[in-house]
Amino acid sequence: MSNKLKILVPLKRVIDPLLKPKISASKIDLTGLKFTTNPFCDIALSEAIQLKEKNSNLVENIHAVSIGSAKSKEILVAAIAKGANSASLIETEKSVEPLAVAKLLAEVAKQQKSNLIMLGKQSIDSDANQTGQMLAALLNWPQATFASKVEVSSDGTSVEVTREVDGGSVTQKASLPMVITADLRLNNPRFVSLPKLMKAKKTKIDTKKIEEFGTDITPRLEVEKVEEPPVREPGIMVNTVEEFVAELKKRGAL
Amino acid sequence: MFRLAQRIKFSGLAPSRSVRSLFTADKYPVKRGNYSELNAEDIKYFESFLNSKDLLTDKKDLDAVNVDWMQKYRGQSKLLLKPRSVSEVSKILKHCHDRKLAVVPQGGNTGLVGGSVPVFDEIVISLANLNKIRKFDDVSGTLTVDAGVILQTADEWLRERGYIFPLDLGAKGSCQIGGNVATNAGGLRLLRYGSLHGTVLGIEAVLPNGDIFNGLSTLRKDNTGLDLKQLFIGSEGSIGIITGVSVLCPPKSNSVNVAWLGLDSYEAVQKTFKLAKNALGEILSSFECVDRASMEVVDAALKKHDMEAQQPLESMHPYQILIETSGSNSEHDEQKLNAFLENSMENELVVDGVVAQDEGQIQALWQWREGISESSGKWGGVYKYDVSLPLPVMWDLVKAVENRLIERNLQSKTDSTKPVYATIGYGHIGDGNLHLNVCVREYTKEVEDVLEPFVFEFIAKHNGSVSAEHGVGFQKVHALQYSKDAGALKLIKEVKNMFDPHGIMNPYKFIE
Ligand SMILES: Cc1cc2nc3c(=O)[nH]c(=O)nc-3n(C[C@H](O)[C@H](O)[C@H](O)COP(=O)(O)OP(=O)(O)OC[C@H]3O[C@@H](n4cnc5c(N)ncnc54)[C@H](O)[C@@H]3O)c2cc1C
Repeated sequence: MSNKLKILVPLKRVIDPLLKPKISASKIDLTGLKFTTNPFCDIALSEAIQLKEKNSNLVENIHAVSIGSAKSKEILVAAIAKGANSASLIETEKSVEPLAVAKLLAEVAKQQKSNLIMLGKQSIDSDANQTGQMLAALLNWPQATFASKVEVSSDGTSVEVTREVDGGSVTQKASLPMVITADLRLNNPRFVSLPKLMKAKKTKIDTKKIEEFGTDITPRLEVEKVEEPPVREPGIMVNTVEEFVAELKKRGAL
Repeated sequence: MFRLAQRIKFSGLAPSRSVRSLFTADKYPVKRGNYSELNAEDIKYFESFLNSKDLLTDKKDLDAVNVDWMQKYRGQSKLLLKPRSVSEVSKILKHCHDRKLAVVPQGGNTGLVGGSVPVFDEIVISLANLNKIRKFDDVSGTLTVDAGVILQTADEWLRERGYIFPLDLGAKGSCQIGGNVATNAGGLRLLRYGSLHGTVLGIEAVLPNGDIFNGLSTLRKDNTGLDLKQLFIGSEGSIGIITGVSVLCPPKSNSVNVAWLGLDSYEAVQKTFKLAKNALGEILSSFECVDRASMEVVDAALKKHDMEAQQPLESMHPYQILIETSGSNSEHDEQKLNAFLENSMENELVVDGVVAQDEGQIQALWQWREGISESSGKWGGVYKYDVSLPLPVMWDLVKAVENRLIERNLQSKTDSTKPVYATIGYGHIGDGNLHLNVCVREYTKEVEDVLEPFVFEFIAKHNGSVSAEHGVGFQKVHALQYSKDAGALKLIKEVKNMFDPHGIMNPYKFIE
């Protein structure tokens, strides 16, 4: 294998993290809301691009891939504007669970001859935090999850990853190929440049229907219902210690 | 929670406390009017109907209300009253009127012309405790509030119900709706939603003699006689105290887009504005321009606080504009915006730019614009000129002022012995409104003499206004003649005297 890095970055299109979807009839209602690249995926992409900028002789290419509806093309176009070399879409209207996603990504990694996969640690819509780990297992590659710092060795054969853990950090080193999942503090994605975005719109995005992959995407989980978290009652103000004690007694806390 | 680092926290970036301003009365040639002095009897009377918490005489309580947001004007009031009802306001004013005690109505004290703080010992009447949302009609979108409701509180309340407040400005977290109406604030979305003279449907106010003017209509159309409420919009506390306001609120837009663009000349800014009006039409909700010096000041202010934020553009273009669209259909809006952006780039008007990809980025871009006003005071103080000028000559003023300061060797970023740190320009291009800010290390007569009357004469020469949106206050009371003729000034004075025959309302300001 050549020493050059061929980075694969999977991207998911999700609801804008600052918006709050409505829940109607036990379902999440996303109509009319803005969608964007999952922030953790965006961080992974931005790290891949920074690796390329810093070590242009080490990185051969960055390929972005998304699994989702035709609208996911938008985030792929943005990825190209940010600095990905190519992008492809695996099109489906269905929702795909992490295991199926991991299987599809393993396929793509083989096709692209990727030797480094950088993805977000989780998506902010389902919060599953499984895809990266499953993908590493399916490929039988080493993995470093929750990366807060990524450094490639000067010969491009191994990567050192700092991970944030409770009360400190751990640094792990592995040789390529490997899977890295990005945490919030890894970097701070930049704004997308408009001239580059205009140009990216003209790039062809390779699109395949999900069925062409022959991967079983039948859901294994069933959502029974979705409901709002219970509303917290506002606090009350008491004016004296006596009132405070009386209130505690009333509520059975004393 | 995401992109936290990208979002900038500006809270607390008010001008630094290092420069303690002298009393206004010592700094400027102004004489106390022939008003009574506050005595124990007066206090006893106020105590008879006000809650003890709402009557403050302690120095530490008064310090905050005696000094303005810019730390430029400092009064010497001995009494702060915080009424909780319209009838309490009425009793206070009636007593002050009868006793000839001068007063200053105060909202959020974010005014930028020294109008909200006393000059001598005027009693400060704060509206902070009059803070209830009174009612909202979900069909027409008319909101009725107490004057002391904070702008941001009202806006958030409305957003939960699918509406927004028609006014938005950088001080929204502190300023009050009554204060906004009293200053006829313009803000960031005037281009789209129009001025308060159009969106305010009704006003309730207490007149100096204690009478209550009940003009709290929620009617869109009402042609029965003189439209008296209009007199209160922009009256700056000179004819009465606004206690209630009803406003027509537009529905919240489902689709908001923000682009930040880099341009190489002011010529290109004007052409881009024309293009934007044509191409974006009814969805254009903001068109703001900032110059390079403004961006550098925000950057430096953040660094002063060990904060850093990503500049929207990779290189510092001399002019940068923020364009916002608000519409109901995101696909249509994006199409329009993209067509406009493509067009303006093909024509080489816009040389670089970014478009916010999500709400977090929208907020981050707006912070760059809204943060300028707060950042400008970080070196000690800031001379603020808020002017209306014909678009073609707007930045000529900024350049002329900067040249004068440099020629006289008064401005330097690195040499801290020079009084001026930077001269910056930014503003609501869409409304023909420029903010010229001279960021200073200290307020000095030397700098003032370079600025005035030069700035005012420049404005008069081009038939502009010496106050586009901040009002007259104490700062510009001597500059009115540059924008209004003697006949108009006489009429304003007569109207003021009719409402306030004893001249107790916010004296030394607004009109001489
Ligand atoms: C960071 C920043 C950004 C700003 N941006 C803008 C902007 O974009 N556009 C703009 O137009 N302005 C802007 N301003 C200035 C603007 O005028 C004020 O922020 C706001 O409108 C004043 O409201 P306030 O409640 O703070 O009033 P105050 O400052 O308390 O008072 C202002 C004047 O109104 C009078 N007043 C206040 N309340 C009442 C009342 N209930 N009845 C009668 N008189 C009253 C006071 O006596 C005083 O003369 C900005 C200010 C800051 C600090």
